[in-house]
Amino acid sequence: MSDPTNDPSRRTIQRYTPNERTNHWIVAIVFVLTAISGLALFHPALYWFSVFLGGGTWTRILHPFLGLIMTIAFVVLAAAMWKFNKMEARDWQWLRQGRDVINNREERLPEVGRFNAGQKLVFFVFIACILALLLSGVVIWREYFSLYFSIGLIRAAAVVHGVSAFILICAVVLHIYAGIWVKGSLGAMTRGTVTPGWAWKHHRAWFREKLHATHPRPRSD
Amino acid sequence: MALQSLDIVRRSATTTASPSVRQAQTGTVAKLIDTTKCIGCKACQVACMEWNDLRDEIGTNIGAYQNPHDLTDQSWTLMRFAEYENPDKGNDLEWLIRKDGCMHCADPGCLKACPAPGAIVQYSNGIVDFHQENCIGCGYCIAGCPFDIPRISKRDHKAYKCTLCSDRVAVGLEPACIKSCPTGALVWGTKEDMQHHAAERVEDLKSRGFDNAGLYDPPGVGGTHVMYVLHHADQPQLYNDLPADPHISPAVGLWKGATKPLALTGIVLTALAGFFHYIRIGRNETHESDEQAAARETERARHE
Repeated sequence: MSDPTNDPSRRTIQRYTPNERTNHWIVAIVFVLTAISGLALFHPALYWFSVFLGGGTWTRILHPFLGLIMTIAFVVLAAAMWKFNKMEARDWQWLRQGRDVINNREERLPEVGRFNAGQKLVFFVFIACILALLLSGVVIWREYFSLYFSIGLIRAAAVVHGVSAFILICAVVLHIYAGIWVKGSLGAMTRGTVTPGWAWKHHRAWFREKLHATHPRPRSD
Repeated sequence: MALQSLDIVRRSATTTASPSVRQAQTGTVAKLIDTTKCIGCKACQVACMEWNDLRDEIGTNIGAYQNPHDLTDQSWTLMRFAEYENPDKGNDLEWLIRKDGCMHCADPGCLKACPAPGAIVQYSNGIVDFHQENCIGCGYCIAGCPFDIPRISKRDHKAYKCTLCSDRVAVGLEPACIKSCPTGALVWGTKEDMQHHAAERVEDLKSRGFDNAGLYDPPGVGGTHVMYVLHHADQPQLYNDLPADPHISPAVGLWKGATKPLALTGIVLTALAGFFHYIRIGRNETHESDEQAAARETERARHE
């Protein structure tokens, strides 16, 4: 059997550029550090997570700075991915067929562009949560900002911070599982490429876009 | 304060029971602050500084007796001065002086909010104490406190407040402020004795025209181990905004109560949902047939 990479019709397709991958993994690594330090302060049962940042006091010092780094890196990523995440009519149909989605009956679903409706929803949940975390986080950042806010507002911000962090962590757990679930996705974010079959099966509209960009149709006029 | 010979009954960020076999058999302690006897001399502030080795910065005089202007990490007690023109007595001026500081709540909001295990403790005698060596400096205690008492030091970023002289009480002494008070406005004893004493004071005040005199021992925080006798117990807010019905804020209750177990359960369930999806339904894989279909389309596009 010939090496598929030599066959021009089986050449892998680039899904994420090196810059996009770097950006994604900066967000991911900083997210993990921010999440474990936040969980350490959230629940006594997880206080031992503070060892990863060098103890309770270091956790308190570093957590907000980590949050800021994550926010900045995420804003760059979200700006780059914004135009691929607009909800379209076919996305709503995709969502209505949630049962087919979780049962891997992809052939029954509408064609998908660069991202499916689930990915788009996760994208918007990430944006909403990170915005809420940023705003509430500034209010409860005792060392620099809390003195500018009333105690009532600080209390409300603490609740908002906890709830939005909970939603974000759950969304990330789903996001990670989706990467394991749809085989070949992890490679897209580590090596940057997917096979044509992967693109054809999971993101057919995007596959065709890519195809026609490489092999433009002859003009009819 | 450092750990000492007092029994700890409650400990911050700790989900299991504290050692509780030894109980305060003779009752808990209380400081009674009789605002009606206070002359605002600030001897208690000085005694607090001396005993606790605290020296606040020299501030500026803004033409009022209150000095310093607010509680700080170096000023754990403060006489708050309020000028009140009593409309029921022809706008007579009343000088309401309240010695402010930690109230040592039976249900302490600071302790509930604190995320650092053992940074805030409650002793069996009722004193709520900060153990700064465990404090991480997050300031959650400030958000938790219904009385706006704890202060974070700018020097070491640890939280400080009145200890009720737990180190003195542990060896059978009264708090430093009590020892210094020249008028007997500050009284010390068991909580029960202080309630009796306050009842006598209230009766006396009522006989002298203060019909609304009363004891401030707010039930919203389970009662306090620092109590006030007020001439106007019906309007505690007259005394520099002493809260009329202090309680742990519902936001703090939510943040430190229901959300904690619910959120952890939610995260674990989300992860388990993924795991069991993998077990029951399995991965969504690309097969050779998909590669062939993609290759056919690619070929068509190339030859169009």
